[in-house]
Amino acid sequence: MDTSIKVLIVDDFATMRRILKNILKQIGFKNLLEADDGTTALEVMEKQVVDLVISDWNMPKMTGLELLKTIRADKQYARVPFLMVTAEAQKQNVIEAVQAGVSNYVVKPFTAEAISEKLGKILK
Amino acid sequence: MDVALINPFVTATTNVLETMAFVEVDAGKPYLKKDNIAKGDVTGVIGLTGVANGTIAVTFQEECILKIVSNMFGEKMTELNHEIADAVGELTNMISGQARKELEELGKVFKAAIPSVITGKNHSITHYTKGPKIAIPFNTENGGFTIEVCFER
Repeated sequence: MDTSIKVLIVDDFATMRRILKNILKQIGFKNLLEADDGTTALEVMEKQVVDLVISDWNMPKMTGLELLKTIRADKQYARVPFLMVTAEAQKQNVIEAVQAGVSNYVVKPFTAEAISEKLGKILK
Repeated sequence: MDVALINPFVTATTNVLETMAFVEVDAGKPYLKKDNIAKGDVTGVIGLTGVANGTIAVTFQEECILKIVSNMFGEKMTELNHEIADAVGELTNMISGQARKELEELGKVFKAAIPSVITGKNHSITHYTKGPKIAIPFNTENGGFTIEVCFER
């Protein structure tokens, strides 16, 4: 797994961004960016190239699903790995995310091992 | 209120705190809560809509939430501040999500709003519906917390 890539963490809760950053740093990732909703995430991605997006679902302004659909419709980011990390665990949510092109899906609460395993799969 | 709505929140709370904060919790006996005064010093509240409308509240004693968030961050937290409030919001969100997953398996589908957080000694908890408030107390090695579940009749 290439840990030199640039990772964007999108979550409206600073708590979750901090937990994910801690886990990613433990894995070895160093280039970590943050956004607190989908709109801010798109602004970050316009200014610099992002190699992996890890996003929550339920956020104000623009949800993680809307962010995913917007990214998949963009030539530059159509194939960027996108990991949804969310408390939305109902079947319909997973189906919608898969149909929108999510790379993988982690349900909160999660262990560091679960994040590491999913990243290993989508970044191999 | 349908008692089948209660257990998923107990299971979800235990699962969330053990997984995210490595804290063992013991659930006590549920009781009917008559007043609006919070048992804890910081409370997360989230509205649910679906087969029934209601709210859940998770209210933590100060010592308890400081230990929980310290474990989540791997860093000692010493006071109730915006970081603790944010963490309580996210914990409430996760408990709601886990419980809704279990309820879906029972054929009861709910949607959740974005949680709000209240901090301070003896604050009030306002549930959006007028049903009975079922409180479930929990104990940890570092103080306790209580879940309140309130659904319309």
